[in-house]
Amino acid sequence: MTPPSAGVGTPDVHPTPTTSRQSGPPLLEVRDLVKHFPIRRGILGRTVGHVRAVDGVSFQLWPGETLGLVGESGCGKSTTGRMVLRLLEPSAGSVHFDGADVLALSGARLRAMRRHAQIIFQDPFSSLNPRMTIGAAIREGLTIHRIAAGEAADRRVRELLSEVGLRPQFADRYPHEFSGGQRQRVGIARALSVSPRLIVCDEPVSALDVSVQAQVVNLLQDLQRDRGLAYLFIAHDLSVVEHIADRVAVMYLGHIVELASATDIYREPLMPYTQALLSAVPVPDPTVRSTRVVLSGDVPSPANPPSGCVFHPRCQHPRKDEACTKLVPPLEEKSAGHWAACIKQPPTTVHWEVQKAAGGTRQPERYLPDL
Amino acid sequence: MTPPPKGADAPGAEAPLLSVTDLRTYFHTNNGVARAVDGVSFTVAQGETVGLVGESGCGKSVTALSLMRLIQSPGRIEPGSSVRFEGTELLTLSEADMRRVRGNRMAMVFQEPMSALNPVFTVGDQIAEVARIHSRASRRDAWRQAVAMLELTGMPAPEQRAHEYPHQLSGGMRQRVLIAMALMMNPALIVADEPTTALDVTIQAQILELLADLQRRTGTSILMITHDLGVIAETARRVIVMYAGEVVEQSAVGPLFATPHHPYTEGLLAAMPRMGRRRDRLRVIPGTVPPPTDWPTGCRFRARCQYSWDRCANEHPPLYDLGDGRRSRCHLAVEPGRRAHPHEPLAAQAVPAR
Repeated sequence: MTPPSAGVGTPDVHPTPTTSRQSGPPLLEVRDLVKHFPIRRGILGRTVGHVRAVDGVSFQLWPGETLGLVGESGCGKSTTGRMVLRLLEPSAGSVHFDGADVLALSGARLRAMRRHAQIIFQDPFSSLNPRMTIGAAIREGLTIHRIAAGEAADRRVRELLSEVGLRPQFADRYPHEFSGGQRQRVGIARALSVSPRLIVCDEPVSALDVSVQAQVVNLLQDLQRDRGLAYLFIAHDLSVVEHIADRVAVMYLGHIVELASATDIYREPLMPYTQALLSAVPVPDPTVRSTRVVLSGDVPSPANPPSGCVFHPRCQHPRKDEACTKLVPPLEEKSAGHWAACIKQPPTTVHWEVQKAAGGTRQPERYLPDL
Repeated sequence: MTPPPKGADAPGAEAPLLSVTDLRTYFHTNNGVARAVDGVSFTVAQGETVGLVGESGCGKSVTALSLMRLIQSPGRIEPGSSVRFEGTELLTLSEADMRRVRGNRMAMVFQEPMSALNPVFTVGDQIAEVARIHSRASRRDAWRQAVAMLELTGMPAPEQRAHEYPHQLSGGMRQRVLIAMALMMNPALIVADEPTTALDVTIQAQILELLADLQRRTGTSILMITHDLGVIAETARRVIVMYAGEVVEQSAVGPLFATPHHPYTEGLLAAMPRMGRRRDRLRVIPGTVPPPTDWPTGCRFRARCQYSWDRCANEHPPLYDLGDGRRSRCHLAVEPGRRAHPHEPLAAQAVPAR
């Protein structure tokens, strides 16, 4: 289940990407997380292959921090978010939350963990029961986790509503009476009801209009500041992520291909996929005509990912060669706190001799297109 | 396959290709009359790309469907509306004549290609059908044209792909199929309703590039409808901003982004996070769009506006002409001094803003 090793140049155990700025133990630590979905065929349901949705993902998240997880459809970002909370069982790897091994928890202890780790979904309407008032929906968490009951619970619901910018009287209304932005506020109130320390935000503003999106983004930032929340912020909108995230991890075909501070990744993207992704974002300024890296073709199927570097068939790095099709690039620290998976961006632990032995013909050289 | 470009770089020389005047499309529902499009006027010149931007419920998609006369009951294009296209009034055409315009001279590209395609026919058949209907081409000719069109849209292995069904294609490829269908008859105008919204950003870049390239080659005009100001900035020459069923601002793309006049446009631009310009907080437009059954009197943006004053409550602002092709539906056009005194909007006072 572990990805094939790149050979001599790669250390056997990948160090977990980290930053020097952080101190203290991480709140969340994910190591070599894998999710393979079986592909079944025929009446016997024989497994004929696997969709490698997440294929060895490692990262850490500290209290009060926001880690952006970005990538295009099917890159495995949402699957990763769900595995962190064990809404999906990982095929392999480990998840530690506040020091505890999440994958070993069950029953009451798993429920206790979930009290501290919540999730907000993209479409708040489909995650709310249409026949339950929003007050009742928010109250649920309080009851299940035995935080408050009766009059105290009602009071807490009203407080939560006003904390997310809704009128407390709204508690008696039903989800259909709310606009998209208001429903997302309800989703947030619901997540907050159990006083979590981590919220997995799965595309929380993608379905919202720009003006409403700004309201929700600001709300999330205020709550983080007031309560010291950590966010795993999953999104495909790179401008929103730059705005809200401290660090950003870029995913492609089940792998993290780059991980760095938001400042570094947007100013100096090293992995060619990140470069293409950033340059594809339309700039809301007609006076700017950026040179665009237009990728050819579509993302390959995760059921049959390319060999070596999964990005090599679409890569625009001028030094791309045979070695890229053979060697799996390790996610390595290119400069302090800036991790990227590319054997053609120096420095690399996959030495030139190793690359040559794998058919490499072009020496690594730094490539930074003008974005 | 590709006809010579006609008037590609001389838009607006004569009568505009499309001229919409006082378009009103109302939905007569049990909950009242929803005035989704409420007196919209604009033009599109030959070879021009005009961006139509606004948020959910502003009426931009209903405008597009009205142009194509695809409004269904309880919706109705109200008497007094006019859509002139290539010199013909479309709203009084018989349905048979309208069918000759639709898909032929004026074609539409939808947001969700999967629901716009028929799942039980190959994409090649669906593209060929356009030519079979409009030019009575033989089965074989139509198929050949369909493959050539797919090739033009940059579809990899077009001959093979033409034999596939929609579900076998990726989202980007499906959108190429829709574009091939739209271009089949070499239309004078393509109405593209959020053509890239459902696509990933790298695929969006491919499709936008494709549309721009095809336009250069064929001289087609494009009405680009989107909520994404980034897409507008990259594709359009002129922009129409809609809010609550009305045009609120109209301008060449440069000045609109540099010095938005209408407070709604200003708010939208300020609310967008932008790459490379990180700020501590995003500006917000407080409140939400009012329901179309119940547009406020006076200025419809008033409750969310940071400049509004008593005039905005009493007097529905006309689309003021600011010169140089700019128009704005805001009384600031005649009382510009008010811009110096922003205040907390009404909507922000109603809902406690954090």
